[in-house]
Amino acid sequence: MKILVAVKRVIDYNVQVRVKEDNTGVVTENVKMSTNPPDDNAIEEAVKIKESGKATEVVAVSVGEEKAQETVRKALAVGADRGILIKADGVIEPLAVSKLLQKIVEKEKPDLVFMGKQAIDDDCNQTGQMLSALLNWPQATFASKIEIRDKKLEVTREIDEGLETIEINVPAIVTCDLRLNEPRYASLPNIMKAKKKPIEQINASDLGIDTSPRIEQIKVEEPPKRKAGIKVKSVAELVQKLKNEAKVI
Amino acid sequence: MSVLLIAEHNNKELKPFTLNAVTAASQMNTDLHAIIIGHNCADAAKKLSELPLVKKVIQVEAAHYENFVAENFAPVIVKLAENYSHVVCSANTFGKNLMPRIAASLDTSQVSDIIKVISADTFLRPIYAGNAFATVKSKDPKKCITIRPTSFDPCESSGGSAPIEKAEPSEEFNNTKFVKREEIKSDRPELGTARVVVSGGRGMQSGDNFKLITSVADKLNAAIGASRAAVDAGYISNDHQVGQTGKVVVPDLYIAIGISGAIQHLAGMKESKVIVAINKDGEAPIFSVADYGLEADLFEAVPQFIEELNKLNTIQK
Repeated sequence: MKILVAVKRVIDYNVQVRVKEDNTGVVTENVKMSTNPPDDNAIEEAVKIKESGKATEVVAVSVGEEKAQETVRKALAVGADRGILIKADGVIEPLAVSKLLQKIVEKEKPDLVFMGKQAIDDDCNQTGQMLSALLNWPQATFASKIEIRDKKLEVTREIDEGLETIEINVPAIVTCDLRLNEPRYASLPNIMKAKKKPIEQINASDLGIDTSPRIEQIKVEEPPKRKAGIKVKSVAELVQKLKNEAKVI
Repeated sequence: MSVLLIAEHNNKELKPFTLNAVTAASQMNTDLHAIIIGHNCADAAKKLSELPLVKKVIQVEAAHYENFVAENFAPVIVKLAENYSHVVCSANTFGKNLMPRIAASLDTSQVSDIIKVISADTFLRPIYAGNAFATVKSKDPKKCITIRPTSFDPCESSGGSAPIEKAEPSEEFNNTKFVKREEIKSDRPELGTARVVVSGGRGMQSGDNFKLITSVADKLNAAIGASRAAVDAGYISNDHQVGQTGKVVVPDLYIAIGISGAIQHLAGMKESKVIVAINKDGEAPIFSVADYGLEADLFEAVPQFIEELNKLNTIQK
């Protein structure tokens, strides 16, 4: 079994995001970038499956600017065997990403494609489902547990009502929830080893996909601020305010 | 061209957020049709036809639609979509799972999780977990839109009598099989729709101490929430999690107890109408969004709070 894992480079989740003064986007200069958190879960799961002997190769792929190579390199440092970087500048919407990934799937012929359920920058939650539509493969989104049984996967999905279990045949797409596993840290020797692992670079334009945005971003603004509240001195005052001022109890 | 709304239901009843999605869809175009796909879902279809904003209901029935598998649903909607300018659904796990599969088949770049309809092609949506709001314009001829249900009011639920048309089911997708669904049953209001939410964080120190949260919730007929830190620490199950990676809630009253207010948590609750924070760290970020902050040890303050609530005899149920 071969597993392809898609990873995205995003602003680190601990960074307080700031909107640019000209309202064209958010500040990304001199801001710490990291792997999209649920993509770390996707890599971890693929590596665990390989370690259990059920997969033979884990390939990490990213779409983005030259620096996205760091994100691929990090996947190699936690156990992926080799990497692919599809180079593209500017905003690449999930539809275009899924078309680019489709080209890689056709070339690499993986049995499984893993990725995070959602990127924490654009919060779209689309790429995995779009890729499975383009390939006409089954999709297991928001996975919190994966069991491999021969050529089938039993996947537990996090849904609003609780948990849902589905069985899908490979080849298939799985999008990973944060609760799927606990991603490991890369050890120093493995970071050194990862530097020797190959990363193939492909230009998005060479894959014959039109990646120009279909959605025009008109402006990006700060969300409306809440008015500053007050501190109460005692529980009795709190209850009195909630009852007589806010009238919510 | 008209709008096609995808109804969410459980084959017997409409899911409440379908009404919010109808409101959003009607703001894109008032010529609004609703599709309901399921198995033995005539009762739910009838309820859909009674929504005054819905002009026509399309009902599609087959055994393989019983469990809402996206691979089965998408082809029917893609086929019908040729008659519509917009396909709309709620951005909960049902819609998040389904809509991109439709959008990719229609070669449309989906606009996810909108919180406002500015015009038929322009929408407001939060990005970076609500730390920025983007105004976006879809240039695709067909729009695929998911809406954040808590940002739209539910539509009127009775008085309409739209015609119900039947449409042909598509073939079953054989590579995905539904196995089971484990719904979390509770006598409490659902977290996503409760009028009052009481949440605990890492400050609770143990799962056992969550009994304090439960007691407050009992008094106020509230749903119980939690921060990711409390869930990760194993104090409470993850279906209670409020935040960027959990549920987004907009209750009338949100009470955060022992929650510091990480960005990820604030993203899930800061639109609540009234926010109360009880925390012993006066510098905790939760106080920056709280209407009423109480800087106190929760293990002293919460029992007092319960006592004060006991004294009130006008508690709304």
